[in-house]
Amino acid sequence: MIKTKDVQFSYDNQVFFKFCDIDLKSNENLLIVGSSGIGKTTLLHLLAGLLNLNSGSIELFGKELSKLSSYQLDEFRKNNIGIVFQRPHFVNSLTVKENLQLAQYIANKKDNNRIETILKNLNIFDKLNKKTNQLSQGEKQRVSIAMAIVNSPKLILADEPTSSLDDNNCANVIKLLKKQALEFEAQLIVITHDSRLKKHFEKSIEL
Amino acid sequence: MNIFKLSIKNILNKPLSSAISLALLVLGIGIISLLLQLNSLIKNQMDNNLKGIDMVVGAKGSPLQLILSSVYHVDSPTGNISLDEAEKISENRMVGSSIKLLYGDNYKGFRIVGAEKKFIDLYKGVIKEGKEWKNSYEVLVGSKVHKKLKINIGDELVSSHGLRETGESHDDKSFKVVGILKPSNSVMDQLIITSPQSVWSIHDNHDHQEGDDHLHNDKEITAMLIKFKSPMNIIQFPRQINENTNLQAAVPSYEISRLFKLFGFGIETLSYLAYIIIIVSGFSLFINLFNSMSERKYEMALIRTLGASRFQLSTMIIFESLMLTISGFILGMLFSRFGVMFVSSLMEESLNYSINSFRILSEEYWLLGLSVLIGFISSTIPALQVYNMNISKILADE
Repeated sequence: MIKTKDVQFSYDNQVFFKFCDIDLKSNENLLIVGSSGIGKTTLLHLLAGLLNLNSGSIELFGKELSKLSSYQLDEFRKNNIGIVFQRPHFVNSLTVKENLQLAQYIANKKDNNRIETILKNLNIFDKLNKKTNQLSQGEKQRVSIAMAIVNSPKLILADEPTSSLDDNNCANVIKLLKKQALEFEAQLIVITHDSRLKKHFEKSIEL
Repeated sequence: MNIFKLSIKNILNKPLSSAISLALLVLGIGIISLLLQLNSLIKNQMDNNLKGIDMVVGAKGSPLQLILSSVYHVDSPTGNISLDEAEKISENRMVGSSIKLLYGDNYKGFRIVGAEKKFIDLYKGVIKEGKEWKNSYEVLVGSKVHKKLKINIGDELVSSHGLRETGESHDDKSFKVVGILKPSNSVMDQLIITSPQSVWSIHDNHDHQEGDDHLHNDKEITAMLIKFKSPMNIIQFPRQINENTNLQAAVPSYEISRLFKLFGFGIETLSYLAYIIIIVSGFSLFINLFNSMSERKYEMALIRTLGASRFQLSTMIIFESLMLTISGFILGMLFSRFGVMFVSSLMEESLNYSINSFRILSEEYWLLGLSVLIGFISSTIPALQVYNMNISKILADE
């Protein structure tokens, strides 16, 4: 259950955003399309609790985000949300496996089997002990997906996951994301300016 | 994986810049700890040898030289004094006890001291093997002499004149070892001790071979160690001797504190230098952390989006810094211990003195505190930066 209503946000009272409402049933995925500068990333950060909204409401799985303290937001995020960034980020001093272990540690979990399952699923199990800066762009993208799903989130938020990919890879990544979401019973919200993705989603909104 | 491991990985990921901060800290901490150790060891050693000696009487000259030669057996004697005059002083009502010493000869660099038997009691000497001397030319050897020169009971020692091995040797007469002393952790360990009579006879033979009609009743000694009846006498009595006789009286505790003041100045200067090095290491630590913050801001933002709290992330930064400073402290302690061993081996070689201790001084706990403090201070600003980081902004700027 993901519901937003009259969400408004402004940076320093200068740039002003007003977002349309979202209403997703559990097991529904969503594509949010919009051109640059329209506040896509802002919306994603609002949904992830990284930004506090000015007015309106965001309700995720029965929790009203604006009513949570910063500490409760951190807790909520680590238990419910996985984020795939436009450009993959990792802790550079750690290997792929250690990055995933760190993600688990932060969520007070420890499950090496799950790490292995996910990496096998994403076809990058052989990179387990590689430092993240030794990976190719495509591999990084996959590890980044692994990071997002390693703690079994209920919601995966993806920010422009395909912007720098060609048609082929674009389709692959989006299929991968959908497959992982389905397999681990998570809902997927993808935010993009890439209209190629529309055909992959039943439900989409334009900002 | 945990915050602790992550801190270590982060430190190891930048070995060069971590190593520079670490090296500076090890140097600073190491120097201070070495100075503290040497200071305390030397002071201990000096005080240990001073027990029961309130004043030394000897020939006129430098008071410090008199103390160094008669109490510590490291300098040359100031000269000889007549036995009669020394006895007059020892009979004074202010004197509790006195020990007459004759020295000036050596055997392979170890000094031979002619002394009354109370000399051995002064240092609480105990015979480990053999017995005390009965006749002239019989000697007891200190534990270190026994160990280093592998001298045993029954051995004959040919002494040389002066305090260096190269002195003219008394070939015509040799000493016989009759006993070996247990280690007393004092200067006695490095001495060869015999009766005053032995020293007189060996020099009589030596100096007056021509057989002139000398009556030898003008016997001389080198110095006399004195303990007062009351500590109050320490103010008055030495001055009386210095003013009214042609002898010199020196108070060891005065001279030693004077000596410490002299090289205390050097120690102070060096330790200021070391503190400056520590402060510089703190700065270098801060700059490294500060720089790495901008390089690692995405990684910090990532960790936050994974659900780590601001507090956890700041803790990680402080941890990284503390880990470096605490390992700096530990390495610094090792550094100073090796330093002590090195200095000790130098002293052993030139002065037959050895100092050895792996005790942790209370001041060194302060150094640990200082290291932790440096770690905290240098990581405060980076940690605050991370605490107040706007994750959304960092991620949106990518």
